Amino acid sequence: MTTVTIPIEDMQLIYDRPEALACTHTHYCPGCTHSIAHRLLAEAIDELGLREQTILVAPVGCSVFAYNYFEMDGVEAAHGRAPAMATGIKRVSPHNTVITYQGDGDLASIGIAEIIHAAARGEKITTIFVNNAIYGMTGGQMAPTSLPHQKTTSSPLGRDTDLTGSPLKISELMSQIDGAVYVVRRSLHDVKHIRQAKKAILTALKVQQAGLGFGIVELLSTCPTNWGMTPVDAMHWVETAMVPFFPLGDYKIADSVRQLE
Amino acid sequence: MARELLKGNVAIAEAAVRAGCEAYFGYPITPQTELLEYMSARMPELGRVFLQAESEVAAINMVYGAACAGVQVMSSSSSPGVSLMQEGLSYIAGSEVPCVIVDVMRGGPGLGNILPSQSDYFQVTKSAGHGDYHPIVLAPSSVQEAIDFTMLAFELSRKYRHIVVIAADGQIGQMMEPAELPDMLPYPQPRPDWAVTGAKGRNKNVVTSLYMNADEEEAFNIRLQKKLEVIRAIEQRSDEFATDDAELLVVGYGTSGRIAMSAVQKKKKKGLKVGLFRPKTIYPFPEKRLAELAEQVEMCLVVEMNAGQMVEDVRLAVNGVVPVEFYGRMGGNIPMPDELLRVIERYYAYSAVLA
Amino acid sequence: MAQGTIIIDHDRCKGCELCTTVCPQGVIEMDEVALNAKGYHPAILVDPNHHCTGCAICSVICPDVCITVYREIPQPRKNKLEEVTSHGA
Repeated sequence: MTTVTIPIEDMQLIYDRPEALACTHTHYCPGCTHSIAHRLLAEAIDELGLREQTILVAPVGCSVFAYNYFEMDGVEAAHGRAPAMATGIKRVSPHNTVITYQGDGDLASIGIAEIIHAAARGEKITTIFVNNAIYGMTGGQMAPTSLPHQKTTSSPLGRDTDLTGSPLKISELMSQIDGAVYVVRRSLHDVKHIRQAKKAILTALKVQQAGLGFGIVELLSTCPTNWGMTPVDAMHWVETAMVPFFPLGDYKIADSVRQLE
Repeated sequence: MARELLKGNVAIAEAAVRAGCEAYFGYPITPQTELLEYMSARMPELGRVFLQAESEVAAINMVYGAACAGVQVMSSSSSPGVSLMQEGLSYIAGSEVPCVIVDVMRGGPGLGNILPSQSDYFQVTKSAGHGDYHPIVLAPSSVQEAIDFTMLAFELSRKYRHIVVIAADGQIGQMMEPAELPDMLPYPQPRPDWAVTGAKGRNKNVVTSLYMNADEEEAFNIRLQKKLEVIRAIEQRSDEFATDDAELLVVGYGTSGRIAMSAVQKKKKKGLKVGLFRPKTIYPFPEKRLAELAEQVEMCLVVEMNAGQMVEDVRLAVNGVVPVEFYGRMGGNIPMPDELLRVIERYYAYSAVLA
Repeated sequence: MAQGTIIIDHDRCKGCELCTTVCPQGVIEMDEVALNAKGYHPAILVDPNHHCTGCAICSVICPDVCITVYREIPQPRKNKLEEVTSHGA
């Protein structure tokens, strides 16, 4: 069957860079799913038309330059303090959409008090929590979410849970807090899960738009460089090693959020 | 406005409200908690933001957020809490966003006690967080000055996009005395164009203290130092008494400056050539005026409620022209007037020998 | 099947290979020879027979938004009767 080649000009544009995502080349390592998380957030912001009213609170960690990668107002929080900084912004600018974008070292370790209390107060902000079970920016140390026996530069013999405790399950923890109305854990390790993550981010932003309370989307993510794996293997490791420990799913969806759907 | 009997902490809070403070984030810690309590009622009453944070660390970062959003914002705490705020203060300085911090100093170090002290002079004037910067620091010695300096603090913080600390102590915070509150300033202030308010119809605003490139970081620091030079040049403030013929110059700020004043006044009546120099800004330290006075006197006697901190700045300003002696009380003890009378007499005898 | 194509921004690609693992038509490969401005072997479209359908699955997994996706504009479906008669004539 001879096929007629259709010139591109006659074709329909299906996918292009979201407007909220800057053209800046990111510093993330090849295959790092931080980039995917950025892209999903930007797509969701475009779809809800929030770009011109959103303020991004970037953390300290691999995504410390996040505000360079979005075409929106941004601030740089101290390590772990993004939820407090976001609280300060949202309380004086309730009409703005305020998002914290945080890694596991930032949120689950030094900033655990801030995230719990922001949720407890039901702050009307949205947190995108990227869990890659390691400290990336500083070169691969153990994080509170590192798995048992996981080798890192600060647990060279593998994480010994007798010495360092077992991984913190943030979504389970946050779901216990009344002020948190939307708490879900998704993953970025394949196309299907990336699409599910996108929906969750959209819902979380709608939760903030409707002022229902605190929303957090935990995203299981890769760190090919510090895990010492190829990007493809790293995606696989999320599925085989991380997901069993951090089950995906909806940990809390308040009735008010269900009515949104 | 009429004079009212006002408690220091409450007076500072109401003055901040009248200065147009739009948001207050704080945490309970004696001896400043009444300031927070007052704000918890007053701010919502005016439709402004009040929030008690989970810690001073969170509180200062809420201040940081609100400051980046372009509103007039403040917090208050006491010594241990201010230690917790140092990281946040450094970020605020590194982003050049304005805010006002009230430090009602207490006995230290460590848990210390809740009595008045001046042992955080170094902390607030020289090391309010890592990096080369100094907040502007105002040192009230009365409830009226606490009010006036609060108004001034908001003005200076906006003018220089800078942190301004009101360095009070437990006594000033806790005592009551008649004072007059100013009228309410226009509220709210418009938000500056650099603030993060949503990139609508303009390029995005980013407020950060992160400069990975050394040259950019150095350029920022040079700009910051130039600003501090201007502040040192035009914002030095002090008060003095009977310095025209003084041979012994007593130097003290805040509560110790106030008590030293009554001792000096008594000695002056008795014909002693003793005067008082009282810094009102402890950063920028009023070195210009003090250097001039050093040429006229025989000796300086610095009185503080610590082990001797401002005395170092006095020595720098006096620059060896005359001896600089020190008398301090610690642990929350306040030097009583008659106690200072004896100290002044002793050092006056030395200065007479030098005359 | 609709016909589609993609444009890969070769100098933005970091050679992570993820797209090559998901393309249903298998028309994305790594350029084993050329190096891009970042020094990576970029992904390239190898689709002489136009198997690409513009499904955009590659753009869902590409971390660095290197892939712009195009698809044939679907012709408006003629109604049944019109289709039969046109075939007959």
